[in-house]
Amino acid sequence: MQDSGISILFKGVNFQRLLGGLWVTMRIALITIALSAVLGLVFGLVMLSRRRAPRAICRAWLEIVRFMPQLVLLYLVYFGFARLFGWDLDGETSAVIVFTFWGTAEMGDLVRGAVSSIPLHQRESAAALGLTPLQASRYVLIPQTVRRLLPQAINLSTRIIKTTALVKMINVTEVLKVGQQIIGQFYRLREAPFWVYLTIFILYFLICWPISALAGWLEKRWA
Amino acid sequence: MKNIARIAALLLALVLTLTTASAALADGYRTLDEIRDSGKIVIGLFSDKKPFGYVDENGEYQGYDVYLARRLAEDLGVALEIVSLDAPNRIEYLQSYKVDVVLANFTYTEDRAQQVDFALPYMKVALGVVSPDAALITEPEQLNGKTLIVSKGTTAETFFEANYQEVNLLKFDSYTEAYIALIDGRGDALSTDNTEVLAWAIENPGFTVGIESLGSLDTINPAVTKGNETLLNWINEEIVRLGRENFFHADYEATLRETYGPNADADSLVVEGGVVE
Repeated sequence: MQDSGISILFKGVNFQRLLGGLWVTMRIALITIALSAVLGLVFGLVMLSRRRAPRAICRAWLEIVRFMPQLVLLYLVYFGFARLFGWDLDGETSAVIVFTFWGTAEMGDLVRGAVSSIPLHQRESAAALGLTPLQASRYVLIPQTVRRLLPQAINLSTRIIKTTALVKMINVTEVLKVGQQIIGQFYRLREAPFWVYLTIFILYFLICWPISALAGWLEKRWA
Repeated sequence: MKNIARIAALLLALVLTLTTASAALADGYRTLDEIRDSGKIVIGLFSDKKPFGYVDENGEYQGYDVYLARRLAEDLGVALEIVSLDAPNRIEYLQSYKVDVVLANFTYTEDRAQQVDFALPYMKVALGVVSPDAALITEPEQLNGKTLIVSKGTTAETFFEANYQEVNLLKFDSYTEAYIALIDGRGDALSTDNTEVLAWAIENPGFTVGIESLGSLDTINPAVTKGNETLLNWINEEIVRLGRENFFHADYEATLRETYGPNADADSLVVEGGVVE
């Protein structure tokens, strides 16, 4: 039978493998997002502290992740660590390390931004109303901070999910790599890349769109 | 300014720590004995380059390179662990000891030979010339005064410019455009790597590869990390041994015959025992 069009995706276990690849993508992204959320909170609070040295370290960390392409960091950890220290990390571990290193700094900066965007008079007014500092945080400051932070944090999550596509370069068979392997099976079929990439686009869309819509909805609701 | 100085100092400290630590901990490639003792050999293969190294619809690795990889593991008496790699980082995988051997259709070049050690070849690639059956070109001299279609930046372009100045070259940016031009009759023949034209001619009735092997040969060789002599020597001996049983012809029949068709000559691609004629 002639292979053509979308049928190539359903030949053998191709589609199952594509979904398996998507799970690898999601696994890396979810672990990264969870770690970045927790560590990012700490990172943000350190950036807000009055101590200079920890603040400078965070600043340097943030600058490094902002001007280093993620792919360079992935190569540094996956190949570089093996070459330099003999640490033979597998691709997925390397990916989680790099993306968490990046996500923590970005998340931290969001936390810093959200906290410092709350005007000083909010705290002062709360005090004037007789709230203790703890009550002021609980009822006045934290709710406002979370509202400003959450939509941005969710947007960061979708960026992390999309960036995981890079890990195919360090021997992680995620959804994009599986897709390329399927194209490879039908390399003489000119429309193969179209169908495969279209499917991958739809898969990414199905995951990122609801998340992004949630961020938009929250933003509007809390504006 | 103060901050910049701090950041710079911090980065410097980081780099210094890393380099000091590296000297103490650097690992290395695995020798033949270490591979045997560990019970597995790690081989880097393509996973999307049919028919040389690819994953089929059942999720299994297949192809000319994979066939050899399985045999190497079998003869060493160890399990095969496959690492799927991409063309640009094949050298990096060897230099960072992530794989023991690269069998990813790795063409020998002087430049690469500075960075990795190549074993004996197991395949060769030359230029091929495909033309319509009605006016088949079987000798390069027949092209004098005629139009030959090539892709820009390929070996075919350089080769014909240097050696056959009387051939008119019609150049295209992509392979796809070049092949369409041949079908449309805008040239008398088309030249590129013989593996490419052989496979294309099978798909396009009415066209035949009249010249299957032309120009200087490139060879495809296994590669190991620079300096890994025990492994390199074993692979070389193994390739000679395999040559005695015509292993690579069997490999061709099992993996490439379907692509190149019943009439293609296996000897235009296969190298037995590491000897290129």
